[in-house]
Amino acid sequence: MYEFDLERPTRVEDAVKLLSDSVESQPLGGGQTLIPTLKQRLASPERLVSLTGIDSMKGVFTDRGGTLRIGGATTHAEVAAKAAYPGLSELAANIGDPAVRNRGTIGGSLANNDPAACYPAAVLALNATIGTNAREIAADDFFQGMFTTALEEGEIITNVTFPAVRTANYQKFLQPASRFALVGVFVAKHDDGVRVAVTGASNDGVFRWSAAEEALNGDFSPDAVAGLDVPDGDMISDLHGSGAYRAHLVKVLTGRAVAAA
Amino acid sequence: MPKDGGIGASSKRREDVRFLTGKGRYTDDINVNGQAYAYFLRSDVAHGKINSVDTSAASAMEGVVGILTGADFEGVGGLPCGWQVTDRHGQPMQEPAHPVLAQGKVRHVGDPIAMVVAESLEQARSAAEAIELDIEELPAVMDMKAALADGATKVHDDLTSNLCYDWGFVEENREAVDEAIKGAHHVTTLELVNNRLVANPMEPRVAVGDYNAATDDSTLYTTSQNPHVIRLLMGAFVLGIPEHKLRVIAPDVGGGFGSKIYHYAEEAACTFAAKQLGRPVKWTSSRSEAFMSDAHGRDHVTKIELAMDAEGNFLAIRTDTHANMGAYLSTFAPSIPTWLHGTLMAGNYKTPLIYVNVKAVFTNTVPVDAYRGAGRPEATFQLERVIDKAAREMGIDPVELRRKNFITEFPYATPVAVEYDTGDYHATMDKLEEIIDRPGFAARRAESEANGKLRGLGINCYIEACGIAPSNLVGQLGARAGLYESATVRVNATGGVVVMTGSHSHGQGHETSFPQVIADMIGIDESQVEIVHGDTANAPMGMGTYGSRSIAVGGSAMVRAAEKVINKAKKIAAHLMEASEGDIELKDGQFTVAGTDKSVAWGDVTLAAYVPHNYPLEEIEPGLEETAFYDPANFTYPAGAYACEVEVDPETGKVEIQSFAATDDFGNIINPMIVDGQVHGGLAQGIGQALLENCAYDENGQLLSGSYMDYAMPRADDVPFYQVDHSCQTPCTHNPLGVKGCGEAGAIGSPPSVVNAVVDALQSAGHDVTHIDMPLTPARVWSAMNGG
Amino acid sequence: MAKVTMTVNGKSVSGDVEGRTLLSAFLREDLNLTGTHIGCDTSQCGACVVHVDGEAVKACTMFALEAEGAEVGTIEGQANADGSLNAIQQAFQDHHGLQCGFCTPGMVMSAAALLKENPKPSEAEIRHYLEGNICRCTGYHNIVKAILAASGQDVSAIAAE
Repeated sequence: MYEFDLERPTRVEDAVKLLSDSVESQPLGGGQTLIPTLKQRLASPERLVSLTGIDSMKGVFTDRGGTLRIGGATTHAEVAAKAAYPGLSELAANIGDPAVRNRGTIGGSLANNDPAACYPAAVLALNATIGTNAREIAADDFFQGMFTTALEEGEIITNVTFPAVRTANYQKFLQPASRFALVGVFVAKHDDGVRVAVTGASNDGVFRWSAAEEALNGDFSPDAVAGLDVPDGDMISDLHGSGAYRAHLVKVLTGRAVAAA
Repeated sequence: MPKDGGIGASSKRREDVRFLTGKGRYTDDINVNGQAYAYFLRSDVAHGKINSVDTSAASAMEGVVGILTGADFEGVGGLPCGWQVTDRHGQPMQEPAHPVLAQGKVRHVGDPIAMVVAESLEQARSAAEAIELDIEELPAVMDMKAALADGATKVHDDLTSNLCYDWGFVEENREAVDEAIKGAHHVTTLELVNNRLVANPMEPRVAVGDYNAATDDSTLYTTSQNPHVIRLLMGAFVLGIPEHKLRVIAPDVGGGFGSKIYHYAEEAACTFAAKQLGRPVKWTSSRSEAFMSDAHGRDHVTKIELAMDAEGNFLAIRTDTHANMGAYLSTFAPSIPTWLHGTLMAGNYKTPLIYVNVKAVFTNTVPVDAYRGAGRPEATFQLERVIDKAAREMGIDPVELRRKNFITEFPYATPVAVEYDTGDYHATMDKLEEIIDRPGFAARRAESEANGKLRGLGINCYIEACGIAPSNLVGQLGARAGLYESATVRVNATGGVVVMTGSHSHGQGHETSFPQVIADMIGIDESQVEIVHGDTANAPMGMGTYGSRSIAVGGSAMVRAAEKVINKAKKIAAHLMEASEGDIELKDGQFTVAGTDKSVAWGDVTLAAYVPHNYPLEEIEPGLEETAFYDPANFTYPAGAYACEVEVDPETGKVEIQSFAATDDFGNIINPMIVDGQVHGGLAQGIGQALLENCAYDENGQLLSGSYMDYAMPRADDVPFYQVDHSCQTPCTHNPLGVKGCGEAGAIGSPPSVVNAVVDALQSAGHDVTHIDMPLTPARVWSAMNGG
Repeated sequence: MAKVTMTVNGKSVSGDVEGRTLLSAFLREDLNLTGTHIGCDTSQCGACVVHVDGEAVKACTMFALEAEGAEVGTIEGQANADGSLNAIQQAFQDHHGLQCGFCTPGMVMSAAALLKENPKPSEAEIRHYLEGNICRCTGYHNIVKAILAASGQDVSAIAAE
């Protein structure tokens, strides 16, 4: 790792100030992706601003209407243990491994927007709102392609709000080495329609499979998606599976998520 | 009744206490006063011409102690290859130079170009980034068959081609085999790939070089399976240090699986730099570095043909293999696809005619050498896969086809130059069929199908040649080393025993199992026996631990030394009891005179040896310490039968192992608990090869699986509880313990079981799939089911 | 350099570290607690698992400064007060749950964290929990068996030895 200073502010405004001054700074969530990246010397910030000391960014809160709010610095383990919300607790309980879940945070995962990460699929399918120190960003506007988001320099995810949902389910098919999603599909049935979000499969990162949404709006059953074509033009093709295989998995997992939802 | 000590007892491992409390002392835990840290700048291209390496800016950076490049090693020897294979025309293999640091060219991603030594690792790394490299990239030689085409780019410009050797075995049988295949009732043909693997012991390699200018002594602490071999190779062939001025210490070593046999550049570089720079130098590999600098394993492409008569009797086998050597010859690389592979092509079967052709090829990849099983998994996989395919083609039950062809009379001389001393292949197969409830499979399959899954059963045999190896034989075959083992048994005055062995323990539990043997021989408690290993300053010589040889060869040396000690002790006892030496018996730690009630205790005799007041000084020397070198008369031949049941998800192609059973004949067994554990570990590695692990390069020679993000290691939820049985025991006939060795069996026998099972599952659903290349990832299985 | 203070295995310790100093480096190099091992650089092998405020974390993927004020537990602090092996360690020895010993500290620390949150885990739960701990020697059979045994469950039906 290159040399850097590590700051641990306890208030959001202090973190924002540190991230906005003239020192080249980078926010540090749980570090489960960033620290390995730093070890490879693929990043060289002058300063890391740890967000895990900010208590106001931690916690899982459900209101009576079924809305769920999760602080940006909340660990996967805490979401797994406390999120009484369809699909989300299981999703969190299967990210990485227990030690990773004890450190990794939802905000860190979303800000990184790894194309094979699980949370982006949940946020997109559940039509969640990303709350930052400056604004609120709709899920549909947040993800802007692999490792790219709507976040501005120095902007911190302080919380994520998930609206009440009728039913939801996440199906993850493991990439056998990294145990990230080779393909992950999150299906959510809202009062105003079905949303299907796919991670792991596309070179553009997480995406909504609109044809499946349309079909499921008419008939919320696995059979509804069986005959659909998955666009495979921009599918990831690598050591672990071709684009065609990923496209096939998208369909299979969507069907399974519908069945399990 | 289980024994509570000695041979055959599942004694708990004494070494566990230090490992379980964090008190193990691995090489990276060793810090030498004043040490500096090394970082190796490695090639990021697979093949390139080095125009210049400019270290001037880097040398001036903070903390830099010194920078060495290929030029600094020009007066030094290259890394030697320990085995010379002779090709089918009687010519020696092509053997390229292997400089410690690259000279002239880089030949694989990871090839070390410069060694930066600094006060801290991060400083060394920063300075390495400041080295200015001018490397002209050349086309990468990747595909083995293309590499042999006329006009192919050469990995080594001074060789005539990329062919290391074209080996035929047994060359005299070539025509007879061709004829037999031509005239056979049926020939089953299978083309397959034995996938490249990375050994991945959990402890990455480490080297700490130290030099004492006052005495001119060098010391190397290293993660090695054979410190004496490193001392010999590095001292004699690379750095020119006589063995009495070089000490190599391999303390607690966190696994090896073959990858820590070889002499590596970093060992020589750290030892050399310590003297050049006047500072101890420590290098610790990162895992990413390990993927591109530890020797890889396997990587064969094979076509096998099995000829049968109408009844399914095997008539002949012909194989054609391309074996990847990588960019240079690692220490024992040439022997793996030849003498450790061709000699096993008979398997457990009485096939009268066999011809094996192997073309070893240089490519721009990391060197390939022995990995758990080494050559024998490659032999077993192709043979047991082609038999399974043949059984389907002939409409014969796969177990019956095997049984029909089993060798049943021993000793048995195979047509591929080895003689099996003993075995009982029906017995292990009988036991296996009993364990797996074969008749119940149909019901289990029906149950899986009811759950939407395809179920398959794969059964196969294996045989291996272990206890490596008779020195005169391997010498004829091209080995540049003897493969004996040594042991010194030192008895102290108060009766305790220290065994200094050349076998190295890095997980195998020698510190527990070796004392069990001595305790039995003398009749003392195991706690009275201590094993010392891993330091060239102790055991007289050691060829080390690999090829399932520790108990068969190292244990035999220990027995021979202990026998000498006991013989001498009997002389002392005879003197003390005024009896004839021939009448002395040793049992339960007491020397007795046959037919009398006279006795003297072990401890009294050992005390007399060191306090020789009442002692036959005119006949024997005081003291009680003996050394023996044991050179095996033959290989040992562990064998067995394995079975795997899988479920395949027809929608995704995902394979789940439902059960795995292994019956092994290891001959006599010292510690059943440890033997079971060795099989378990081998099975996981074999299942890993079959389902998960794949060291892949792209066409430009970039390593695609360069970390655990892409190289799939077996995890706890990838494998089941295994059913392991070793009650079938035909003791080895030619070593004193009757042992055969158990370290590699699991990794040798298991890959075909898994693949046979998956093919069986797919065929059950009507898929016309006869083979899928490993690893059987979900994507590959799905693709096979869908006509890919 | 910044000063960091934490409690390690019940003892208060402090040291001067850089921002980039990993907790694993602080333990191994500053405190000479070399039982915490480094087996990879991508946070997957788990040889470095320690407890921070009672939770399993990978010490190679956390900065020492992030453990300021924390209670850190390492393999060196796991034995009973009289120095004898604790129940998990003893079960690993009894059931041959280790071979080369390199992954073992992380395995024991993960097993302890598992049994704390799930005192009687099933075989499947154990295997899933160990997703972040790679062992190359044992094939996991005896590790899973040892953890079952350490949790007081009967393992006599699981294959011999």
